[in-house]
Amino acid sequence: MSSQLVQPMEEYLWEQYEDRKQQDESYLVGMWTFLSTEIMFFGALFISYAVYRYKYPEAFYAGHEYMNVALGTINTAVLLTSSLTMALAVHFAQKRKRWMQIGMLVITMFLAFGFLGIKFVEYGDKFREHLVPGYNFEWNQANVNRLEASTAPINIIPSLKAGSLPADSAISHDAQMYFIIYFAMTGLHAIHVIIGILIMMVFIGMLVANHPSVRYHMPMEMLGLYWHFVDIVWIFLYPLLYLIPR
Amino acid sequence: MSVTQMENTTPEPHPRKTYLNEGNTIGSWLLTKDHKRIAIMFLISISLMFIVGGWAATMIRAELVEPQGHLMSHETYNKMFSMHGIVMIFFFLIPSIPAVLGNFMVPIMIGARDLAFPRLNLISWYLYIIGAGISLAAMLSGGVDTGWTFYTPYSSVYSNTHVTMTIVGIFIAGFSSIFTGINFIVTIHKMRAPGLTWFRLPLFVWAIYATSIIFLLGTPVIAITLALVVLERTLHLGIFNPAYGGDPILFQNLFWFYSHPAVYIMILPSMGVVSEIIPCFARKKIFGYNFIAFSSLAIALFGFLVWGHHMFVSGQSVYSGMIFSLLSFLIAVPSAVKVFNWTATMYKGRISFDAPMLYALGFIGLFTMGGLTGLYLASLTADVDLHDTYFVVAHFHYIMVGGAIMGFMGGMHFWWPKITGRMYPERWAKIAAVITFFGFNFTFFPQFILGYMGMPRRYHWYPPEFQTLNILSSIGAAVLAFGYIIPAIYFIWSLKKGPKAPQNPWRATGLEWEEVPSPPPTHNFARLPIVEREAYDYEWMDGRDDSLGAASVTGGKGDG
Repeated sequence: MSSQLVQPMEEYLWEQYEDRKQQDESYLVGMWTFLSTEIMFFGALFISYAVYRYKYPEAFYAGHEYMNVALGTINTAVLLTSSLTMALAVHFAQKRKRWMQIGMLVITMFLAFGFLGIKFVEYGDKFREHLVPGYNFEWNQANVNRLEASTAPINIIPSLKAGSLPADSAISHDAQMYFIIYFAMTGLHAIHVIIGILIMMVFIGMLVANHPSVRYHMPMEMLGLYWHFVDIVWIFLYPLLYLIPR
Repeated sequence: MSVTQMENTTPEPHPRKTYLNEGNTIGSWLLTKDHKRIAIMFLISISLMFIVGGWAATMIRAELVEPQGHLMSHETYNKMFSMHGIVMIFFFLIPSIPAVLGNFMVPIMIGARDLAFPRLNLISWYLYIIGAGISLAAMLSGGVDTGWTFYTPYSSVYSNTHVTMTIVGIFIAGFSSIFTGINFIVTIHKMRAPGLTWFRLPLFVWAIYATSIIFLLGTPVIAITLALVVLERTLHLGIFNPAYGGDPILFQNLFWFYSHPAVYIMILPSMGVVSEIIPCFARKKIFGYNFIAFSSLAIALFGFLVWGHHMFVSGQSVYSGMIFSLLSFLIAVPSAVKVFNWTATMYKGRISFDAPMLYALGFIGLFTMGGLTGLYLASLTADVDLHDTYFVVAHFHYIMVGGAIMGFMGGMHFWWPKITGRMYPERWAKIAAVITFFGFNFTFFPQFILGYMGMPRRYHWYPPEFQTLNILSSIGAAVLAFGYIIPAIYFIWSLKKGPKAPQNPWRATGLEWEEVPSPPPTHNFARLPIVEREAYDYEWMDGRDDSLGAASVTGGKGDG
């Protein structure tokens, strides 16, 4: 790889570029362009969320009752902290403090693992409660009873308080829709977290080996941008999925 | 042809180093990061896919010769038109001009040594190959019968064909489009030669830029939508299935949010090609450069706002129907701006009718017809009648075949000398261009009438009174096939036997003709050029007496 760099050790300039400024800017524009693609990628799911929440407000309320708000909040904090350590890692990359950069990346990676771990606990709970869409899904009188005993403000779901929620009716399908959206959105987000972790592992390995191409700080900045994007997506997912009536 | 070898200023003992002869091993091609070689690999792969899709089209037209065709069963017919649509749209038209001509020409046109991310470019080709391979495997192992539109819940619940595998292939190939788009946007933004301001760019580059915007913003939406269809199919969810509270109209909205702009992915690059060819063969500066440039962007942006006109009879609200209808009329404006500007460019020009120009003129005529019939379909009332008839089929074939492929063929002829360093046989090329034009019209004009008379699309049994027009259409398709086979033969022939091409056989402007020999060396430019003039300065070009050794060529240029 480094054999193709014009001046391998100092300048890290690929042959198609005129100078470092052009290369740096190209990297940045490329990453932002990619992120715009990513926004559209999630956008299709956000619009599905909007359509189905508009169609089935009761079901979305019912589904959200099963969210573990405490774990969701902790996960938000974990991910936000990881964005801070990622920003620091980028900072140390620019300052060429390699070991500080490695340290920050390791912390970020552990926080990311923590996020996935908590998510895994939450998914497991959903599975035990028969809330995973598809073959696992069951919606019965117990779910309805729990809903009717909930502290929902009466103006959110009129039909709820009127005691007009038959267990086997459409709301079963509609509640499943909430969980489909929940799993699709958090699942796609988790895939992005996993990809982020894999890239961080590669970076840490190359940094420990002092590989020349990671001494160039732009790839690190791009990883940072990617990670902040993953974070921002979660910032939208958290209130939309966990905090519906609030 | 009086074209002879023009690089005779100094007799060369060794052949000049070009991108073609620098490394001849398989590995030097499969692992190349050179945008020109990747473009060639794309050209070969999309040509193979074109043969597959064309074969399916042949089968369809053969079946439709009889009112109750005996060639294939209903199921096979459904699979045949699905295969035709999927292969032609996802694996031929969408990558055609951007990944081949765009890949080859954009870096040279803007004075760069390569695209911004050459490795990403290579990855893009591999993703295309993997995606195309998986989809083809699905078709070989039984095919898919949903049509290229994959409408739910048929595709997600009821169809017993290889929907999942086909979609996985399309999903993977989608990332190929996205990466190509990222590469173009960054390259055009950041790697233009000194002096090459935005408004000195060739209009082809503007068109590719606008196309890339659609790649970036549209492709992810279809990717996630098709992924949801696969999830629904494999895990028995109900995202788009009304039996489970899902909304099939949501699928249609998401699908057309990509697939309507995808039409502009196909047509915009062809418009760019035509904007290059017309000034060259009219020997005039293009009329209204800014208008053509901005109309490309306008088409890309408006293109995202008109998807609902595919759903006028789907039960969407009549008010959204009205707004989508209005917006669809509006997008005709930037398209018409281009047609008027090309026509105005030719006015009082010194026009010569070489093969690229014939294709470009064919493009203008057929695109105009396709566009005007699009207005019929954009009107709410007319569409209620014409929806899902052969009128729609004819309309979009006028855009995609008459427009996009005519532009692709025009561009292939125009840049063939630059790409391969060989001239194609001009007389045969002219014959092929004329055959294509007439064959195309014989194929698809009868379908306008058929659709107007009420023949629905996607049926292979029809009332006997439609037979005459169907036979006419099938004969036309056979003629059209010759229009494609002839160029395939002489292009391959010219690789070995064609006369050597000079640097600038058309005396065209643009860095690829003025600064780079044919075929180009690996890194395009020995020294990066500095651009001092606007694009299409043909007065200046014709005032030069050297024209890079190409002047003597022009004597024979007109007579082919």
